[in-house]
Amino acid sequence: MLTDNTFTRRGLFMKMGILFNGLVVTALAVPIVRFLLSSVTRGRANRYLSWVSLGTVSQFPEGETRLAMFRNPYVMPTDGKTADTACWVRRIAGEQFQVFAINCAHLGCPVRWFPQSGLFMCPCHGGAYYQDGSRASGPPERGLFEYPYKIQDGLVSIQAGELPTPGASAALLGKKRPCA
Amino acid sequence: MRLIAQIGEWFDRRLQLAAPIREVVEHPVPKSTASWWYVFGSAALVVFLLQLVTGIMLAFIYVPSASEAWNSLQSLNHDVTLGWFIRALHGWGSNFMVAIVLIHMAQVFLFGAYKFPRELTWVVGIFLLLMTMGMAFTGQVLRFDQDAYWGLGIGASIASRVPVLGPAIVKLMLGGPIIAGATLSRFFALHVFVIPGMLIAFVGLHLLMVLKLGINEWPMPGRLVKRATYENEYHELTRKDGAPFVPYAVWKDLFFAAFIVLAVAACAAYFGPFGPTGQPDPTIIQTAPRPDYFFLWLYAVLSFLPPSMETPALLIGPVIVIGALLLLPFLSGEGEKSWRRRPIAVLTILLVAVTLATFTHLAGYTPWSPHMNAWSSDPIPARFLQHRNALERQGALVFQAKQCHNCHALEGEGGQRGPALDSVAVQLTEDQLIRQVIQGGGNMPAYGKNLSPAETTALVAFLQTLHPAGQAPARDASRAVAFGGSGENSSAVRPSGQP
Repeated sequence: MLTDNTFTRRGLFMKMGILFNGLVVTALAVPIVRFLLSSVTRGRANRYLSWVSLGTVSQFPEGETRLAMFRNPYVMPTDGKTADTACWVRRIAGEQFQVFAINCAHLGCPVRWFPQSGLFMCPCHGGAYYQDGSRASGPPERGLFEYPYKIQDGLVSIQAGELPTPGASAALLGKKRPCA
Repeated sequence: MRLIAQIGEWFDRRLQLAAPIREVVEHPVPKSTASWWYVFGSAALVVFLLQLVTGIMLAFIYVPSASEAWNSLQSLNHDVTLGWFIRALHGWGSNFMVAIVLIHMAQVFLFGAYKFPRELTWVVGIFLLLMTMGMAFTGQVLRFDQDAYWGLGIGASIASRVPVLGPAIVKLMLGGPIIAGATLSRFFALHVFVIPGMLIAFVGLHLLMVLKLGINEWPMPGRLVKRATYENEYHELTRKDGAPFVPYAVWKDLFFAAFIVLAVAACAAYFGPFGPTGQPDPTIIQTAPRPDYFFLWLYAVLSFLPPSMETPALLIGPVIVIGALLLLPFLSGEGEKSWRRRPIAVLTILLVAVTLATFTHLAGYTPWSPHMNAWSSDPIPARFLQHRNALERQGALVFQAKQCHNCHALEGEGGQRGPALDSVAVQLTEDQLIRQVIQGGGNMPAYGKNLSPAETTALVAFLQTLHPAGQAPARDASRAVAFGGSGENSSAVRPSGQP
């Protein structure tokens, strides 16, 4: 069998057969791996992020924090309601805003705003944040995630498109808050 | 009868399976293993088969699309004949499966069955445990409701903390930038094709090794495992004191398996299916997501870890635990098998069981979470308001309006995030109360910016009335000297608005 060192026609053909299969597998692996990683590579080029409007400036009274909705800019036809996203819009004064992600900076649960006590509270593990999004208490390591915003033609727009997570926040949401 | 025998012979001539099957069925096992302690492995296999059957039936109706999954679960629950029962069987089956796998593992550990030559059987078993947990998590996602949606968010938040690769892992896990259609589809593929395929292969391997190496004999204190002699001793044991697996030992497996399936069916019929809870609509934020019971302990752990410990614990903890489990048979592959001579093993099992049970119990009522509606739905008990002056009652209003009640309980009503305040006046003096309210600290937010001086005065006045009858509120002894009067009076009088 294979143990003797004689070089046979059949032995050569078998080796060539293995080599041929190896080449085919390698060639096929390229598109398969690219397909599997497509959701990562697409995001790397920042193609998920774009500017979306939250409504007119006048919808957000000065000194108050309101819930706003937007449809995620990157959607697939089967996404249904999951592509709808909520965020907290705080209009400090004039055109000065803060737009917070709904996701707690601890583990992503939806935080709720309590205007009376001026706190955001998380229902999952009890994280709490002050009205400017900075951490007040509980397990979060940082303040709420903030979306970059701009005011154009009386519309408030934010740069959104990715789920904010603690590990990705710095790269994802552009700037990092100085005190967060 | 002759005809059946002839047909059987015809098939066996071609399949040649009768002899190996007979060999498996009649293989000798030590008589001591025909015990009720040895039934958990076969029970896990039977529940797994139940999961396969009910899972396939659910796939007849279920639509793995983010926009349709929730509706298809509603059809299963309400429209399709007995759809609710099949869902309930699958859901309860998963609970039983996790529980039985853990009990099986504890039994194998206590009986020293992981020792030479069964190390690989244990290692494959660890992979089976991980796959079972993987099935549990992916299955929870397929019940695509609010808990599933936010559970995925928690999973993504944990995954994102992996250094460097975190963001890429999140996108790989979600199949895109957010939790959406692609996420559900890939969890469907994992739950229905990938993990079950691996499970079937590994269960086969696990069983093959149990047959080839023989079932672990009943451990006797003092009978030590030695690599050089164990296999001969085991064969000697099965030869001298052995009996064929069928029917000597198998009847107990059969009874227990039937009992477990009956228990799953009874739970399914009585308690019904799990969920789905609200629609997976991320704009509905009035929700308190909760994982299924097998991950409740983790949910509790995540609320107790100090912030700085969390990422290392989440990323390194599982590596250490899984690593230790995998290394166990290689570190203690010989020696004593009996739990009677292995006190540390017994203590380990007890410690793990008590820890998991405690955390699971805590996660049942989440004392760390604010009660989001306590401020508007849990009134202050009347006895705290009787015989109070106007300022103190105003303080009680501030207590409700500023959501203090969401984190602090009075007479057991309200949140448990912070300490209950029924007798706070005994513990903190007036000055300490003011400082705590304004500056926060000790995991309490600072309310300085959100309380006017008048509100603070009223609130502290109310808090100072919270002490048991006959027990005086705490007072600052030095204050008596400074104000030149009785300290007790000064702290009792001042909040009432008199100078």
